[in-house]
Amino acid sequence: MNINATLIGQTIMFALFVWFCMKFVWPPIMAALDARNKRIADGLAAAERGKNDLALAAKRSAELLREAKEKVAEIIALGDKRASEIVEEAKAQAKIEGERIVTAAKAEIEQEVFRAREHLRTQVSAVALAGAGKILGREIDAKAHNDLLDKLVAEI
Amino acid sequence: MSTEDLTTSAYIKHHLQNLTCSIQEGHFHCAHTAEEAKAMGFWAINMDTILVSLLLGLMFLFLFSRVAKNISTGVPSGMQNFVEWVVEFIDSSVRGSFSGRSALVAPLALSIFAWIFLMNLMDLVPIDYISLITQPLGIGHFKLVPTTDPNATIGMAIGVFLLVLFYSIKVKGLGGFVGELTLQPFGKFGLPVNLFLEGVNLIAKPVSLALRLFGNMYAGEMIFILIAIMGASWVSFTFTSTLLFSSQIILSLGWAIFHILIVTLQAFIFMTLTIVYLDMAHQEHH
Repeated sequence: MNINATLIGQTIMFALFVWFCMKFVWPPIMAALDARNKRIADGLAAAERGKNDLALAAKRSAELLREAKEKVAEIIALGDKRASEIVEEAKAQAKIEGERIVTAAKAEIEQEVFRAREHLRTQVSAVALAGAGKILGREIDAKAHNDLLDKLVAEI
Repeated sequence: MSTEDLTTSAYIKHHLQNLTCSIQEGHFHCAHTAEEAKAMGFWAINMDTILVSLLLGLMFLFLFSRVAKNISTGVPSGMQNFVEWVVEFIDSSVRGSFSGRSALVAPLALSIFAWIFLMNLMDLVPIDYISLITQPLGIGHFKLVPTTDPNATIGMAIGVFLLVLFYSIKVKGLGGFVGELTLQPFGKFGLPVNLFLEGVNLIAKPVSLALRLFGNMYAGEMIFILIAIMGASWVSFTFTSTLLFSSQIILSLGWAIFHILIVTLQAFIFMTLTIVYLDMAHQEHH
């Protein structure tokens, strides 16, 4: 419990420790703490920014969606219109085609009728000839009466 | 402890005796008794105080500088976490009490706090354990707690006092500092009274720092010694001996737990007062 030179030793030691602490311990730790503080602050700011961006993006996407829906409705309406147009066109075309077919069929039928008539005519002439022959009971010279017969046939 | 005279007072004296050494007639010599230590006068050194405080200080600096060297700004872990916790605690204390800006005060506060804390912490080592190491080495006395040696606490207080003087003169100028000592509170006509009052005020700072810490730790150590004596009075399995022995266990446990508080508190008080004194040194009066 005597006061002695230990005092001086302790003071010197104290000074050296403080100097070392001031030089090599405190500044790097404080710098790191400050840097981390900054990083955290930056991170929070970035998060805030991200949140804002997200809200903005959500708004934008909703807008885009709305626009797209509008466009789709427009396209569908256009498609509907076009479809009815096509149907109308097809109907018209079909009508024309049908008419054409009907006309052709009519022409063919007429032709057929004509041909049948021609055939009939020749047949009728033959029948008439045969009938006449039988009625007259004698043979008619077909050659001699051909002109007459032809005239008859033409009359049928 | 010495085996021959196991009286209570000898036991107490033994534990309160530093390992005081000096160079006498050309060779290194350590005192065996308190009288011998006293006779060595001022130019002697308490080897135990120097050694333990040096080791503890180096331990603190080693730990903290290692962390400081490898510090990362990412997620801290383990030791770095602890060191940062301590540093932030000190930093907030300094910010709270010290109004100026100084690169010295915060590391100074950290050094004071950590060093005193570690030195005080040695009080929790059971008092007779150290002699298990020192006795075989032929060392008679060894006080493990440097802060129970007034040399250690006064040494630190002198360091703080020099800083107070330095900053007082640096901030206020020599004239300002002398003026502060002499011209208030009673103006220039009350100069001797002023000087006396302010001088006491100034001197009280290191004295209060040193004696508060020393007194607290010395008293704590003394109580540890007294508690230890209870068990040392063991004779046989008599009622009294058993009672004393179990009391020692319970009391030393209780006192040690309470001492955890004192250890931290005294370190904190020394640190806070240092900050406050330096803050006062930085402030201009009037």
